[in-house]
Amino acid sequence: MKFGVVVFPGSNCDQDCFHVVDKVLKQPVEFIWHKTTKLDDYDCLIIPGGFSYGDSLRCGAIARFSPIMEAVIGFANKGGLVIGICNGFQVLLEAGLLPGAMLRNKDLHFICKFVDLKVETTETPFSSQYKKGQVVSIPIAHNEGNYYIDDQGLAELKKNNQIVFTYTNNPNGAVADIAGIVNKNRNILGMMPHPERCSEDALGGSDGRIIWESIVKWLNQKSIKS
Amino acid sequence: MFEAEIKISLKKTVADPQGLTIKHALESLDFKGLNEVRMGKLVRIRLEAQDQAQAQDEVKQMCEKLLANQIIEDFSFKVEQL
Amino acid sequence: MVKPEVYKELGLTDQEYQKIETIMDREPSPTELAMFSVEWSEHCGYPRSRKWLKLFPQEGKYPSLVGEDSGGIIVDDLAIVFKMESHNHPSQVEPKQGAATGVGGIIRDIFTAGAKPIASLNSLRFGPLTEPYNKFLLRGVVDGIQFYGNCLGVPTVGGEIYFDESYSGNCLVNAMSIGVCHKDQLARAKAVGVGNPIMYVGSSTGRDGIGGCSVLASHEFSEGEEKRPTVQIGDPFTEKCLIEATLEMLATGHVLGIKDMGAAGLTCSSAEMADAGGVGMEINLDDVPLREQGMEAYEIMMSESQERMLVCVKAGHEKEIEDIFAKWDLHGVVIGYVTDDKNLRVKYQGKVVADIKTEALAKGPVYDMPAEKPAYLDEVNKLDLATIPLPTNYNEVLLSLLASPSLANKAWVYEQYDHMVQTNTVVLPGSDAAVLRLKGTTKGLAATTDCNSRYCYLNPYRGAQIAVAEAARNLVCSGADPAAVTDCLNFGNPEKPDRFWYFKNCVMGIVDACRELYLPVVSGNVSFYNESPKGPINPTPSIGMIGILNDVNKHCTQYFKDEGDIIFLLGESKEELGGSEYLKVIHGQVAGEAPALGLKVEKAVQKVVYEAIGLGYINAAHDCSEGGLAVALAECCMSDQNNMIGAKITLVPGIRADAALFGESQSRIIVTCKKENLCKIEELAIENNLVCNELGVVGGDNLEIANLINLPVEQLSQTWRSAIKL
Repeated sequence: MKFGVVVFPGSNCDQDCFHVVDKVLKQPVEFIWHKTTKLDDYDCLIIPGGFSYGDSLRCGAIARFSPIMEAVIGFANKGGLVIGICNGFQVLLEAGLLPGAMLRNKDLHFICKFVDLKVETTETPFSSQYKKGQVVSIPIAHNEGNYYIDDQGLAELKKNNQIVFTYTNNPNGAVADIAGIVNKNRNILGMMPHPERCSEDALGGSDGRIIWESIVKWLNQKSIKS
Repeated sequence: MFEAEIKISLKKTVADPQGLTIKHALESLDFKGLNEVRMGKLVRIRLEAQDQAQAQDEVKQMCEKLLANQIIEDFSFKVEQL
Repeated sequence: MVKPEVYKELGLTDQEYQKIETIMDREPSPTELAMFSVEWSEHCGYPRSRKWLKLFPQEGKYPSLVGEDSGGIIVDDLAIVFKMESHNHPSQVEPKQGAATGVGGIIRDIFTAGAKPIASLNSLRFGPLTEPYNKFLLRGVVDGIQFYGNCLGVPTVGGEIYFDESYSGNCLVNAMSIGVCHKDQLARAKAVGVGNPIMYVGSSTGRDGIGGCSVLASHEFSEGEEKRPTVQIGDPFTEKCLIEATLEMLATGHVLGIKDMGAAGLTCSSAEMADAGGVGMEINLDDVPLREQGMEAYEIMMSESQERMLVCVKAGHEKEIEDIFAKWDLHGVVIGYVTDDKNLRVKYQGKVVADIKTEALAKGPVYDMPAEKPAYLDEVNKLDLATIPLPTNYNEVLLSLLASPSLANKAWVYEQYDHMVQTNTVVLPGSDAAVLRLKGTTKGLAATTDCNSRYCYLNPYRGAQIAVAEAARNLVCSGADPAAVTDCLNFGNPEKPDRFWYFKNCVMGIVDACRELYLPVVSGNVSFYNESPKGPINPTPSIGMIGILNDVNKHCTQYFKDEGDIIFLLGESKEELGGSEYLKVIHGQVAGEAPALGLKVEKAVQKVVYEAIGLGYINAAHDCSEGGLAVALAECCMSDQNNMIGAKITLVPGIRADAALFGESQSRIIVTCKKENLCKIEELAIENNLVCNELGVVGGDNLEIANLINLPVEQLSQTWRSAIKL
């Protein structure tokens, strides 16, 4: 099992994600510079938070055209696990790997705080170890986390059970309180909250750790099957 | 050489909190009768092209590929020969 | 001879110009004159303060690093580097960019020392929010700090914001940054080795902030708007890449010296690196990457374009360094080399445009400024408590104080800052001090900033001592052992003797308090000329302090934890109301003496709390400061939003009720513990000759104090949390 943390110029949660995989999960992990085009070695890719390319034009819009993104798309199409957190979620949206787009927070401020999330589905490789309906506390830190999708798209998300996390007290104006979604194939997760920031008790909470543990469990089962 | 001026704004169906904030600010400065304020981006690009049509075509592709996110944004542009 | 209008426009006096001619033994070229003007300005050369700054103690519990752009301490194998710096004048003119570049500049000072920036704090002062321009400033400054700091991925973990009339027309933005590295990886700010190349790395050079340091920072404000062109624009994305590239470059081991191009840009960095290394330097401006066309030599030398640094590299390794910067899409070019003649020689377009002894530039004049106590102060210090009527409704007084912007909750501000990135923040904003873990060790680091400028106005010597004592007390309340100090000394025009008297006395207050508490002052900054046509600011010697926790898990927070915990007060409440928030907000007076401070008692209270937290006796600890005991208790009840809890308190008799509730006596800490630990803490207090009074017990939904105050915590919280929202 090997994790890879994709690094764009301006990524700033790359080391935090690396730390969690390395020190908390104790799994092999590497940084992957955005000019890399070969991803065969990895089982799970983390697209971390930050301000790739300084958020120029739109968050994630420039990173989406980095050389690595073709490979990420190929990796995901083959069923590899991809988790995009915050700016990583924005990159996945811009790349079309997940539906919808991000708008500025409704009160136009950056917001950094712990928020409560409801786990809407446990039928994903990322949330299997939660209980359905469980409320967990995970911090957000973003300026553009106001998730937008049109009515038809929303109906589609609901029909396919793609909404993974919703805010119990919507902080940013997101459509249907959406905080995180998966693609139809359920191997790509995008979420605005930062699970890597609450994966250790020392940081005042470890609700985020369950996501990482769900991934490890899923990958272990997959390797047993194959 | 051609110069393109590209305007990008949020689609009418998408709420624009920035525009709304500006509207409130203008109203607090006593500007009356404001129906709507929408905020957008302006991109100016100078480019070489064989003719107007080619420049137009190229700019359109730039918009579709990178400059606008068509899930939430509309774009329009003018191209002038310099 | 150069016309007086010209050198005066550059901020040089007749005497200074004469001195320059004597040093040069000829008429200086325009570029040379510009270089002298920026290097000798108050902002770079500290001519009016340097004599006093030498008095700061440099020794403490940990080995200290003092003397270059930033300072720090050594803890085991780690070097902890930190510094605070002002960006007041640029922020007053253009708050967003002013604050943003302030953050950018201080963070560059940290990573040019070889340390990875791990946290920022800031100490801010504005005029009352009832004035629209002050609101605009607060909004802009917060926006600038979040815009820059969040993008960099350096958490903004703490700080303070106060509002006072004296800052209308001259706000203060003091930014502090902390970095960590292995002690062997520290970098030096000097050029060494004749023939070694000097490289320019980072962003390109434009006309940003030309003369910013001499024109902006060394003159009083009259017409702010006119000076807009000298404000620099910050680019946090470039700085983020610069941090990564710089740390990568330093890891090669080929760097001999490195310095940020901050105030006075290339002039300051080249002259001071050469002077520090005892060598000369020749640079060719034709090789400097320029963003604008047709720049003059003096413009290139004075430009304050952001996100640039000067590096002295081991000869033969230039290409490696270039490649690292190319990877991050940044410039990395050789612009000169080290020489053996101790001169800074600057060439441009085939001509020598400046040739100056580096020592003359780097070690400018030192002035002995006259100081005189202001005539009005004796009158201001008079306060007869008999003339202050006791309140009729203490509940209302408490609510008014909680709604006073200086005391109100600052979540609106700190929730706009990413305070968690890097996943080290163990105690989030909202307690006495921020606590960070130091990854790879069991240790923790606590940090805070402090200064009550009203006390400094009433009594600069004691006010500055209180700033040091309170910062240390905040750290102790978090479970840390106070370790070292940085300061940012904000004052009015030093050429006016009453302003300088304040400066001198504040410096002496810091010196004496730090000696007594055994704290070194490892870095700092002076900002003079903080005046507007309305007058000078209150003297504001902001103190930034860090402390060390041997076991980060043994940190402590200010919020009450469990029903039934015993609350008591260490230290003594005196009948003091001078300079208090209560006197100002309720009675409209700024008068009296600053609260008394006994450093021996201060040491004792800190020792007891530090030990008791370490032994696990204490559940919550909170410093009593502005607003007194009542406000501090309210904060203990409500600051943990998910676990608000009441308390029932009795007062120690003997002093006026308003002084007991809202007086700001120093050296007091509220602590709570389980019943069984009470006697252990009392024993510690007795051993240290410390007054210790049981106040009451945690529990219920209300804060009840004697028969004077009885309010639901929910209501206190509502009032406190809704006061600052813009």
